[in-house]
Amino acid sequence: MEIPFTSKARPDTGLYNAKVAIWLFLASEVMLFGALFSSYIMLRIGAPEGTWPLPGKMLMTFPGAFNTAVLIVSSVTVVLAWASLKFGNFAQYKKFQAVTIACAFVFMGVKAFEYHDKLTHYAIVKTDGSVWDGHMVQQDDQSVTITIHAHEEEGGHDHDHDHAEHAHDDEHAGDKHVNINAYLGVKGIKGFEYNVDEHGHHVDGEVTIPRSEIAKITNYGPQHSTYLAIYFTLTGLHALHVCGGAFVIFMIWGPLAKMWETDPERYINRVEVSGLFWHFVDLVWIFLFPLLYLL
Amino acid sequence: MQATTTADDITDAHAHDEHHHEPGFWQKYIFSTDHKVIGIQYGVTSLAFLLFGFSLIACMRWQIAYPGQPIPVVGGLLEAILGEVCAGGVMQPELYNSFGAMHGTIMVFLAVVPLVFAAFGNYVVPLMIGAPDMCFPRLNMASFDFFFLGCVLMFTSFFIPGGAAQAGWTSYSPLATSIPTDGQTLWLIAMVLLITSSLLGAVNFIATIIQLRAPGMTWMRLPFFVWAQFVTAFLLLLAFPPLETASLMQLMDKVFHTSFFLPSGLIVGGSPSDVAGGGSPLLWQHLFWFLGHPEVYVLILPAVGMVCEILANNARKPVYGYKTMVYAVMVLGFLSFIVWAHHMYLTGMGNTISAFFQTTTMIISIPSVILLTCLFISLWGGSIRFNTPMMFALAFLPMFGIGGLTGLPLGFAYSDIHLHDTYYVIAHFHYVVAPGTIFGVFAGIYYWYPKATGRFMNEFWGRVHFWGSFLFMNAVFQPMFAQGMAGIHRRMYDGGATYAGYADPETGIVSVPLKFIEMNKGITVAALMLGLVQIPFILNFFISMKNGKKVESDNPWNATTLEWQTPTPPPHGNFDKEIRVYRGAYEYSVPGADADFTPQNEPRNAETKTAEDDEVAEPAN
Amino acid sequence: MASDHSNPPKNFREFLQHERSYMIVFGTLLVFTGITVAIAQVDLEHDYNMFHGANMTLGLIIATFKATLVMLFFMHLISEKQLIYLVMGFTFFFFTGLMGLTVWAMLDYPKLTTFFM
Repeated sequence: MEIPFTSKARPDTGLYNAKVAIWLFLASEVMLFGALFSSYIMLRIGAPEGTWPLPGKMLMTFPGAFNTAVLIVSSVTVVLAWASLKFGNFAQYKKFQAVTIACAFVFMGVKAFEYHDKLTHYAIVKTDGSVWDGHMVQQDDQSVTITIHAHEEEGGHDHDHDHAEHAHDDEHAGDKHVNINAYLGVKGIKGFEYNVDEHGHHVDGEVTIPRSEIAKITNYGPQHSTYLAIYFTLTGLHALHVCGGAFVIFMIWGPLAKMWETDPERYINRVEVSGLFWHFVDLVWIFLFPLLYLL
Repeated sequence: MQATTTADDITDAHAHDEHHHEPGFWQKYIFSTDHKVIGIQYGVTSLAFLLFGFSLIACMRWQIAYPGQPIPVVGGLLEAILGEVCAGGVMQPELYNSFGAMHGTIMVFLAVVPLVFAAFGNYVVPLMIGAPDMCFPRLNMASFDFFFLGCVLMFTSFFIPGGAAQAGWTSYSPLATSIPTDGQTLWLIAMVLLITSSLLGAVNFIATIIQLRAPGMTWMRLPFFVWAQFVTAFLLLLAFPPLETASLMQLMDKVFHTSFFLPSGLIVGGSPSDVAGGGSPLLWQHLFWFLGHPEVYVLILPAVGMVCEILANNARKPVYGYKTMVYAVMVLGFLSFIVWAHHMYLTGMGNTISAFFQTTTMIISIPSVILLTCLFISLWGGSIRFNTPMMFALAFLPMFGIGGLTGLPLGFAYSDIHLHDTYYVIAHFHYVVAPGTIFGVFAGIYYWYPKATGRFMNEFWGRVHFWGSFLFMNAVFQPMFAQGMAGIHRRMYDGGATYAGYADPETGIVSVPLKFIEMNKGITVAALMLGLVQIPFILNFFISMKNGKKVESDNPWNATTLEWQTPTPPPHGNFDKEIRVYRGAYEYSVPGADADFTPQNEPRNAETKTAEDDEVAEPAN
Repeated sequence: MASDHSNPPKNFREFLQHERSYMIVFGTLLVFTGITVAIAQVDLEHDYNMFHGANMTLGLIIATFKATLVMLFFMHLISEKQLIYLVMGFTFFFFTGLMGLTVWAMLDYPKLTTFFM
C-alpha cells in the first residue's frame, strides 16, 4: 500500500502532503504562541502600578540582539541550503545546513548564559527592611555572600528617572526598575542598599549576610514576578522549538541523508518542510526580542 | 501546476502495492499504523473511559440522594482502595470533588472527543473519501500513543496521595493551584499530552481530507460526515493550542510557583499566599473557554454527521439541503471561536463586551437550527426502516433539540444570572452530549459494526438498549431543569439537603422547596437503571463478534457511500479495486435508477454524464 | 524566487547572485534589528514629544515588517498556493479574535477599585 502524493504534488491543490501538514501545524503554533502573547499583553496592562520592569532594564540587550542576528543567519542558511539542493548541489547544501545547526547551538549557548545569569541573581530582604540585590557568590547554612553591583550610569537613559520618580520613593531604586514591595510581598521595605566608597559613589563589592538576618531570599527565577514568569515561559517554549527544529534538521542532514540518493524529490520536500518550521521559530523570536528585551 | 488534470494522474498515485506480508500480533493490533486498527484502539479505550466516567458519577449520585450514607456494594471497595477519603464507605468531600472534576475531564477529553472524532473519524473518514489510509500513518500512531499516555496519567492520579484533581473540569485558578494535591499536576501534564495528541490528529485529518480524496471526489460530493469531521478538525487545530498554553502556564504556577493566574494579595486558607502575585485569574478563564466553547461543537458536530449518514440511508432519501448543511457547518465552526465569553457573564464583565458575546451566541444558534431542520425535513416522505441505528439517530434529533434550545436562556446575561451554576446548566449540556452525542455514537456503532466485523449486532437487544437508554436518560436529566430553576447549585456535596425547606423568617418564602431536593432520589435511581440497560449493549457488542448474524454482502445497508465498497472487514490498504467517484453522496431512490440506491463510484452512462465527470477533481486554484 | 533550475550556477559567487533576493532580505533584517535596538535606547514619548506609547508602536511595526519579510520571502508565501493562504487567513483571523476580544473584555470590566485587585 502506497500513500499518494508524498513527493509529487496533488494536481488540484498543487501541494504535496507534508507541505499541507506543516502549514496546518504552523497554524496551530500561531495559536499556541498567540495565546502566550495575549497573556503577555494582559499581564502587562493588568500589572499593578510599578511592578512591570521599565523598558529594556531587566534583561541585557546585547545577548538578545546577538541571538536575533544568529537566528536570522540560520534562517538564510536554511533557505540557501534548500536552494542548493534544488540545483542538485548536495555538498553546498551540507555546508549551509551545518551552519544552521551550529547557529542553533550558539543560540542555545547564549540562552543558557542568560538563564544562568538570572537564576544566580538574588534579592535578599533583611529583617531590618533593607534589600540587597546581587549575584550569588556562595551560600551555606550560616550565611549568604552576594556581589552587589554598583548603579551603572548608562548613556542615554536619563528618561529612567522620570519613571523612577513616580514609581519609587527611594532615590536609588530607579535602577532596580520595579517596586520591590509588589514582588517581594514583604511590608516595611526601606530600599536597596549598596557598597559605597569614600566619595559616596556606589562600587561593586561582596557582602556577606548571616542567615539569621534574612527575612526573605529569592532569585530572579520565574517565581520572582509575572514579567519573569512570562519571560521564562515564552523563551523556554521557544528554546524547545529551537531544539526540536535543530534536531529534525540534523536528522535530515545526517542520518537520513541517504534518501537524497533514493528519492531526491522527497528529500528536497523534507528539507523545505523542516526549513518552514525553522523560519517560524525565527519569526517568533523576531517578536519576542523587542517585547521582552526592549519595549 | 496545470489547471486541469487527467484521471490517470491521480489513479497512478493511488495504485496499490501488490506484495503483502503478514505482520505479527504486536504490529497488527498494538503498534499498528493502519487507520482502522487505530480507530478501534481509540474506540475501545474511550468506551472503557465512558463507562469509568459513568461509574464516578454513579457514586456521586448516591451521595447526592442519600448524603452521608455508605455507598452500597462499592463503598467498601473504594475505602479499601482509596483509604480514608471514603471512610466507612461514605464519600468524603475531597473524594466528591475529585470524582466530580474527573467525571467532567474523563467524559469530555478521554471519552466523547476521542470516540466521535478519533475513533469514528479514523475508521470511517479514509474509507468514505476512498483513501488507502490516513496521510501520515505513523503520525496517527503517535497521536494514539500520546492519547494513551495521557489516559494512563489521568487514571493514575486517583491513586496518588492527595487524590486526583479536585477543581472541576474547568480547573479554575487560583482554586486549582491552591488545593494541595499533586493530582492537579498530573492532570495538567495529562492535558498537555491529550492536546498534543489532538493536534497531531487534527493535522492528519485535514491533510487526509484535502489530499487523499479519490479521483472524482469533489468537495461537494463528500458525505456530510466528512464535512463535519473536517470542520471539527479545524476547531481542534486552532482552539486547542491556547488551552495547551494555559495548561503549561498553570503547570508553571503549580510547579515553579509563578503567579500567572494568581492575583496580588491572594489569601489561601486564611493566610497570605507566598507568591509574587500580579497575575490574572480571568486570563485562565479566557484561555480555557477559548477552547471550551469550540469543544462543545467538537463534541456535537461529528455526531450530527453520523446521524445524517444514518438518516439518509434508512429514510432511503437524499439529505434535504446538503449544501445548506455544509455551509451551516462551516459558519458554525467559524462562529464558535467568538462566543466563548458567554461562559463568563458572572465574572462581572462589562456591558459592551457581554452584549457582543450575547449577539454572537444568538447568531450561532441559527446554523445549529439549520442543521437540525434539514435533518428533520430529510425524513419527510421517506420510507423509513426502523432498525436500531435508525432509532438512535431519530432519538438524537429531539434530544439535541432540547439541549440546544435550553441553552438560549443561558446565552442571555440577564437570565444567566439566575441559572448560572445550577442544575439547569447540567441538564442543558448533558442533553446535548449524553442523549445527544452519545446516542449518535450508539447509532454509529450499530451502523458501522457490520463493516468492521462482518456481523450484525443483535436487533432485539439493540431495541432493549435503545428504549432503556431513551427512557432513563430523560428520567435523569429532565428533573434537573426543574431543580436548576428552583435554584439548586450544581456543586453541592449533599445535593442541597442543607437548604431544603429553609424559609425566610420575615417573608416566609421557602428558598428551596423540599420536593426539588426529593427529586435527587428519583434521578439517582434512574441513573443506576441507565447503567443497567447498558449491560445488554456491552454483551451484545462482544457476543455479536462471534455469534452475530453474518452480513450477506459488503454493503448490507444498501448504502451509497464508499466505505461500503470495500471488502468486509476492510484489509490494510482498504480498497481492492480502483475507486473513482461519479456522483454525490446521497443518491437514494433516484427516479429511473436500477435500485433505490446508487453508490458513489458507479459510473454514469453516456446520457447523464456531465462535464464534471471528465475532470477527476476540482480545477487547481 | 529560484525558479530557473535549468541553468545551475557554476560557483558559489554565481549561486549567491542567483539567490540575491534572499541576500537582500537578509541584509534588511539585520539592518532593522539594529534600528529596533537603536530606537529602544531613546524615549520617543518624552524626549521627542511623540505620542504615548510611541516606542512600543514603532517597535512592533518594525517587528511586524521583519516578520512579513521572513514570511513572504523565506517561507515563500509570496508565491504560495491558494489553500495555504486560506488556512493562514483563518488562523490570523482567529488569532486576532483571541487577542482582541480577550483584551477588549479585560478593559471592559467595570473599574470598581483598580485592575484585578
